[in-house]
Amino acid sequence: MDAILQLKDISQQFNQRNILNNIEFDIQKGEIFGLLGPSGAGKTTLVKMMTGTLVPTEGQVFMNGEQIPSLEQMKKYGFMAQSDALYQELTAYENLDFFGSLYKMSKTYRKKRISEVMEMVDLSGHLHQPVETFSGGMKRRLSLAAALMHEPELIILDEPTVGIDPVLRQSIWNELQRLKEKGITIVVTTHVMDEAEKCDRLALLREGEVIALNTPSQLKETIGVASIEEVFLHYGGGNQ
Amino acid sequence: MNTWAVMKRILKQFKRDKRSVALMIVAPMLVLTLMWLVLDADDQTLEVALVDVPDQVEQQLDDDSAEWLDLSLSEAEKSLEEGNIDAMLQWEEGAPLLTVEGSSPTTGGEVQKVLSSAFSSGAQPEMQVEFWHGTDSHGLFDYVGPVLIGFFVFFFVFIVGGVSFLRERTQGTLERLLATPIQRRELVFGYLGGFGIFTIIQSIIIAAFSIYILQVYMTGNFFYVIVVTFLLALTALSLGTLLSAFAKNEFQLIQFIPLVIIPQVFFSGLFPTEGMASWLQAIGKIMPLTYGAEALRGIMLRGEGLAGIQFDIYILIGFSILFTTLNIFALKRHRSL
Ligand SMILES: Nc1ncnc2c1ncn2[C@@H]1O[C@H](COP(=O)(O)OP(=O)(O)OP(=O)(O)O)[C@@H](O)[C@H]1O
Ligand SMILES: [Mg+2]
Repeated sequence: MDAILQLKDISQQFNQRNILNNIEFDIQKGEIFGLLGPSGAGKTTLVKMMTGTLVPTEGQVFMNGEQIPSLEQMKKYGFMAQSDALYQELTAYENLDFFGSLYKMSKTYRKKRISEVMEMVDLSGHLHQPVETFSGGMKRRLSLAAALMHEPELIILDEPTVGIDPVLRQSIWNELQRLKEKGITIVVTTHVMDEAEKCDRLALLREGEVIALNTPSQLKETIGVASIEEVFLHYGGGNQ
Repeated sequence: MNTWAVMKRILKQFKRDKRSVALMIVAPMLVLTLMWLVLDADDQTLEVALVDVPDQVEQQLDDDSAEWLDLSLSEAEKSLEEGNIDAMLQWEEGAPLLTVEGSSPTTGGEVQKVLSSAFSSGAQPEMQVEFWHGTDSHGLFDYVGPVLIGFFVFFFVFIVGGVSFLRERTQGTLERLLATPIQRRELVFGYLGGFGIFTIIQSIIIAAFSIYILQVYMTGNFFYVIVVTFLLALTALSLGTLLSAFAKNEFQLIQFIPLVIIPQVFFSGLFPTEGMASWLQAIGKIMPLTYGAEALRGIMLRGEGLAGIQFDIYILIGFSILFTTLNIFALKRHRSL
């Protein structure tokens, strides 16, 4: 398998504070890669580096072998930020149409994709409703829909299921599995343990360091525990 | 074209946000009307003394527009001194000479308006105007009107443009946008384009309102007024979006108003700047409103054409380009590419 994203010795400082330290890993094409870590571990910071909106103080990030930021690579991924970035006074349709048009999608293609992605996130009934009248969970789902609009080969999701009920969460994960089967790579951050189990590979992030990286089952096996939670406690708890 | 997509989105947002539209169009008209009421509220009939005015000229004068009194020179001068009449019209060496009382800032302009409409029918020699008190040749509102049109357009476009670009950042959509293949300049040009279309409409409405409804003194070309107002709006927009990069929230953006907007008023020609120290005058030279107001006054009061205002126009275009470039550069903080 080829690496779609390569992080090479990444370090980040904010105001002389070390936020990330010497992070190095690859994300393979077609896998669901999870970034698990407590609040403040540096997940969002790392995700921003993967999207090219933050240049690390040290180290480089490569997407498809090209160093980012690069406008060429910007076309290749879809991004869902941790906080919903939507135009409140516009309708769901207008939001998706706008984001879609930034990827040079034709009008008919946009139209077709809008109904597809709105179907995926179960919002078809709210196409022409202004976003400001949406509930928190609906906005979350619309953000996900916006990330999927242009059928990217890589999807980067920062805590996609926060504020979403268990039933819907399940259906979103089913959707992600379906996308994976089509060969799409998914990077997802979370601090929910049962979601972490659904990833193909998992990086445990704590205080800016990757404390472990493997498949969920191997992570558990190596130290002989039954849940990811225990894995986390094993690596993290010792030096608390 | 991403610029086009951003433009379209901004226009759609305008359609939904009636309040901001109102702020940019209705608010300047409202404030201009208020100023007009305050400065131009003299609705008494004008009283003009006629001294040795030829009969055929007297017949041209419209009885409804003013009260015409036949007086001798000494009587008229006495009345002027006591402020009983608003002006005196004399005939000197075959040419009309108007002496305006001059203590009220607005009547002078009105008398001239009435007389010039009366004289426009016949081929009369140029009318000379003198002032019994003061030297101003126009009414106060006539004089400040052009400046106020420029100022209010500048002010409201600055606020609305700055706030909407800032909101792009506070609501997270800027970061989201920069995670798409859009180029920084496409985003900035999109803003200029979307607001630009809107400010053209705004400029036309406000200028037409001031000139045709409030009847601000205007001798020049209406089209030039629109051009200058529009360029001023564009400068305000590029300055507002640039400064929004240095504000964390709407409140901080509003804090720029006393720093960058209010001082421009002092140098825009509302107050005489000739007597100021040269370093003070130099401050005025770096302010966009100085040039916008100068051009507007040139067109409206002196009827200047393109030749008279082109320097100001170039400077305004220069300011817009400068602020826009700086803004594209400032966005590097959010994405280096
Ligand atoms: N622009 C910034 N300036 C200064 N410090 C920052 C900045 N961005 C992030 N940090 C710091 O970096 C650390 C990691 O933040 P980050 O947002 O990456 O955490 P996270 O793992 O995403 O947390 P959460 O699960 O709460 O979203 C935090 O301590 C935060 O204070
Ligand atoms: Mg985060």
